[in-house]
Amino acid sequence: MRARRHFLSVLAGLAALPLARPVRAQAEIVAELVQKLTGGKPVTAGRVTIDTPRLADNGHSVPFRVSVDSPMTAVEHVRSITLLSDRNPRPLMATFRLGPKSGRAVVVTRLRLNGSQRVLAVAQLSDGSFWSGSAEVEVTESACLDMS
Amino acid sequence: MALARVQLPARAKRGEAIEVRIAIQHPMETGFRFDLMGKAIPKNVIHSLRVRYNGAEVFAAEMGSGVAANPYLQFYTVAEASGEFVFEWVDDDGNRGSERASITVVP
Repeated sequence: MRARRHFLSVLAGLAALPLARPVRAQAEIVAELVQKLTGGKPVTAGRVTIDTPRLADNGHSVPFRVSVDSPMTAVEHVRSITLLSDRNPRPLMATFRLGPKSGRAVVVTRLRLNGSQRVLAVAQLSDGSFWSGSAEVEVTESACLDMS
Repeated sequence: MALARVQLPARAKRGEAIEVRIAIQHPMETGFRFDLMGKAIPKNVIHSLRVRYNGAEVFAAEMGSGVAANPYLQFYTVAEASGEFVFEWVDDDGNRGSERASITVVP
């Protein structure tokens, strides 16, 4: 009886661990990465639009389109777009560098997502300001990047 | 040597923003997987890609394990003059790959 109780308590601990730990810690890691990216400058929500399925069947390959509202001229354009994940073991997914010759501030790719999460896109504009957009993605089959 | 497929319009009007697409055959190994013997498979992703149009860089990407296997990228660039696009990438193992495509720009 004692052994069973002990076993059950260990089991309960195991179940709680991977659920409770990464979600909170990861949000802080993402915030830190954004801080590093911007050098402490404020990030305003807006101008960045993410187009991705609300429900992704397969986390191994999730279609992802990010666009920034910018005229893309020599004086006003997007310098870079960074994609961050709050659930992947490596939150920094990709950085794209654009310029005035891009014409349109649109990038399409396919992401690998380790479970349902909020994906954040941060854009740096030519005037040095930072803008962000985010999207919730429900992943039914996780890419299982780590063992948790 | 990785295989890649590049798609862009063969002809474009000067000043038009053209759509450029590239897909590279690569496993984008995360480093979190194990082989049949239980040994960790080392991380190997294409970490950097550069695109030059007539010598000038028009697009670059730094990627991690968060980009799906066989990475696909689509972006835009303004057609300025007839010439060549050069795509160059390198993975964690130091393998380099490149692909070229040409475009004719009409006024």
